[in-house]
Amino acid sequence: MELLSNPFYQRALAAAAFIGFANGFFSGFVVLRRSALSVSALSHTMLPGIAVAILATGALTQWNAFAGALFAALIVGLGSVAVSRGHRVEQGTALAVLYTAAFAVGVAVLPLLKTRQQLEDWLFGNIVAVGNGDLLISYATGAVVLISTSLLMRPILLTLFEPNVAAAQGVPVRFIQYLLFGLLVLSLVSSLQAVGCVLSVGLLVAPAATVSLLTDKTSALFWGGGLIGALGSALAVVLSSTIGIAPGPAIVILLGILFVAAYLFSPRYGLLAGRRR
Amino acid sequence: MSDHQHHDCCAHHEHHHELVIDSLTVHYRRVLALDRVSLATSCGNRVALVGPNGAGKSTLLKAIAGLVPRTSGTIRWRGTTVRKWSREFAYLPQREEVDWAFPITVRGLVEMGRYPQTGWWRTFSAADVQAVDLALESLGLLDLQQRQIRELSGGQQQRAFLARALAQEAHVLLLDEPFTGLDRQASRMLADLLGTLSHEGRLVIASHHDLDSTSRLFDEVLVLKTGQRGFGPVDEVLTPALIHEVFDAEKASL
Repeated sequence: MELLSNPFYQRALAAAAFIGFANGFFSGFVVLRRSALSVSALSHTMLPGIAVAILATGALTQWNAFAGALFAALIVGLGSVAVSRGHRVEQGTALAVLYTAAFAVGVAVLPLLKTRQQLEDWLFGNIVAVGNGDLLISYATGAVVLISTSLLMRPILLTLFEPNVAAAQGVPVRFIQYLLFGLLVLSLVSSLQAVGCVLSVGLLVAPAATVSLLTDKTSALFWGGGLIGALGSALAVVLSSTIGIAPGPAIVILLGILFVAAYLFSPRYGLLAGRRR
Repeated sequence: MSDHQHHDCCAHHEHHHELVIDSLTVHYRRVLALDRVSLATSCGNRVALVGPNGAGKSTLLKAIAGLVPRTSGTIRWRGTTVRKWSREFAYLPQREEVDWAFPITVRGLVEMGRYPQTGWWRTFSAADVQAVDLALESLGLLDLQQRQIRELSGGQQQRAFLARALAQEAHVLLLDEPFTGLDRQASRMLADLLGTLSHEGRLVIASHHDLDSTSRLFDEVLVLKTGQRGFGPVDEVLTPALIHEVFDAEKASL
């Protein structure tokens, strides 16, 4: 318990809870869009982004890592959208080609870097090492995501459910779709510190996926997802220090366990409830 | 004309609201999908759109609803030109075009019908809540309002979208193949419902593929095959000669 009075630890807990909430909230949209696969693709894209940014600037700072990750994710994500516009190649196909190519660039560049240890923190997250600057970035990106999605909840839902009806009603469907994509990338980047780019998918899918097994209320996906993300992440940080494993993986493992538990025990849609029926 | 007699029972309107479509033309990319279609009808009617596959039935519905851009032509409703979209028009998609797995309850779906009134931010007022309750009640969905939309039967799903249209206070209901995939009982229920809705003063326009039931379910019919082959009261328009010309010519040429 003396850990709790440690300022580093306090900061880690606060960061985990906030990042968990913002990402959990946004995971509602990921589940609604059924875009878990593209999230996974984009998270892998952040690796080469960070690696190339380090190569270009010669140093690893939170800012160039952030910028590199953002840039790479935007290039690959928007590139896949642009390619699929031609209606010849599906967006999923275009994304798979582009992200594996980008990831390969990252893998090729990795041995050239001198800052391996630090880079590992970005790949797998190291929430105990967050500084005030990192925390600030996470808070800012989280706030942008939360505020813009809450303000635009209705047009976003209309867009996701019936894009053509939404468009007819005057919803700027294309803007909303690009906005969601931009926010997705922001969310991914904000979770870098907590779980790293490889595991960030977990935070951005698992919370709302868990909620979707428990309820049919659309709004619950967001708020419930945020709650599960926040509590799960904070709890995982506490547990990880007592068990002695890294906090990043602990967060994603715990969220995975919650998901499986919901799958098994959900009173409405759980496997066991189905048996009883 | 005797076939317009039922207009007298439009409960909500003193006079009839007219929908006038004048030479509506739609292209999909460069392909002509709808060629100069015109019709004039009014609330209280049920209008069937019939024609072979690919004749443009769905396109016409979507063009009226504002879901696809029109190349040329005008749509006038109650004396004013509808440029893109009117809140008084509600489009009900074909079953297979709906994302049934979307985590939304029946009530949530019907609440979406209020969005045009509430805008993006205004919270639901008592009047909004009442409109939703009323729509659910009049379509017999109160007991099902917390169900996810996939858990409904085909007929119930159709009614849930109708309830959304009612919550929107739509006057013109545009239904894409509403009877497809319904069992006999659900079909009959939907037929009664469309009858009631039109008697209450709404205009029902629906694409329909079953010629035999058209005269029983609808008052007027528009026969489509990219261009327009006939429009008017069902019994007058759907003659064996026209049916043969529009539907069988295709088979003969195969």
